[in-house]
Amino acid sequence: MKESLTAETVMIAGHAGDEIEAYLAKPQDTDSFGGVVVIHHMPGYDTSTKEIARKFAAHGYAAIMPNLYHREAPGASPDDAAATARAKGGVPDERLVGDVGAAAAYLRDLPGCNSKVGVIGYCSGGRQSFIAACHLPLQAAVDCYGGGVANVPAQAPASMTPYIGLAKDLSCPLLGLFGADDQFPPPAQTAELSAALDSFDKPHEFHTFAGASHAFFSVDRPSYRVDAATEGWALIWDFFGQHLAS
Amino acid sequence: MCTYLTESIAATGSGKGANGWFGLNEVNVYFDHPVHAPADHTLNIDFINSDKGPSARVAVELTAETARALVKAIEATLAAVPAGIA
Repeated sequence: MKESLTAETVMIAGHAGDEIEAYLAKPQDTDSFGGVVVIHHMPGYDTSTKEIARKFAAHGYAAIMPNLYHREAPGASPDDAAATARAKGGVPDERLVGDVGAAAAYLRDLPGCNSKVGVIGYCSGGRQSFIAACHLPLQAAVDCYGGGVANVPAQAPASMTPYIGLAKDLSCPLLGLFGADDQFPPPAQTAELSAALDSFDKPHEFHTFAGASHAFFSVDRPSYRVDAATEGWALIWDFFGQHLAS
Repeated sequence: MCTYLTESIAATGSGKGANGWFGLNEVNVYFDHPVHAPADHTLNIDFINSDKGPSARVAVELTAETARALVKAIEATLAAVPAGIA
């Protein structure tokens, strides 16, 4: 693996056929690859999440990150777009599913793609990763500290509903990566989700890292925890290698 | 964590953004991840004009301590205004 890649902005037909922006990163030194849809966190379609997309490409996966806020703020800077989307009530779950589904289809149509596509999301994107995997035919899903399992936060947008009831519909194996000190989701809620998945015999593995709280993968935030992040990335490579590799 | 909490008020006034001054019509307040401030969570305030597009925004990200001090400073300032002005 030489870690050579290309990265570019593309336009895709998202939910309801809406044309939205997406960031695409592809490996250069392989003829056959799996795909990963990267769901950005609430701060938006930002530099740090684009870095994550490139990281997947460097590891041999085609990765695409749809701009979930494109409709509210086309062409705006990521932080302005995030503020605008927030002020308008956030991203409806139905639209999120449509956009992720469109991104997955885009990856499967790429020459060289082995048709195996996974999804990963961080923070609010962790929750959205799970929701997408319960509505779409995917091959693997990773939920990085997504909250709102059994209960949504007070004053959450009306479009946001608890998702634990979706557990029976999970279409693929799920890797959950959480912090023991996180309050959203707290370990009790991730255990509740794990139990729900067990009850439907849905394959999943959850890891809760001691000494880590929310957003421990974020290298540019005080919440970064090197031990949890390093081990977490190793788990992701093993998991996607098992389910998405050619 | 993402708090999702947003308090929104209608606003009259002006703010100075990247492209100069503009009239405000809304202020949004929330406690969540900052974009720039070196903290896990901050009290964020967006002074915006929703009719002028996403870039018509003056944003601040304050620590909770600073935000509480700001509330007191605003209240103290308004309380000290002579009657009949504000």
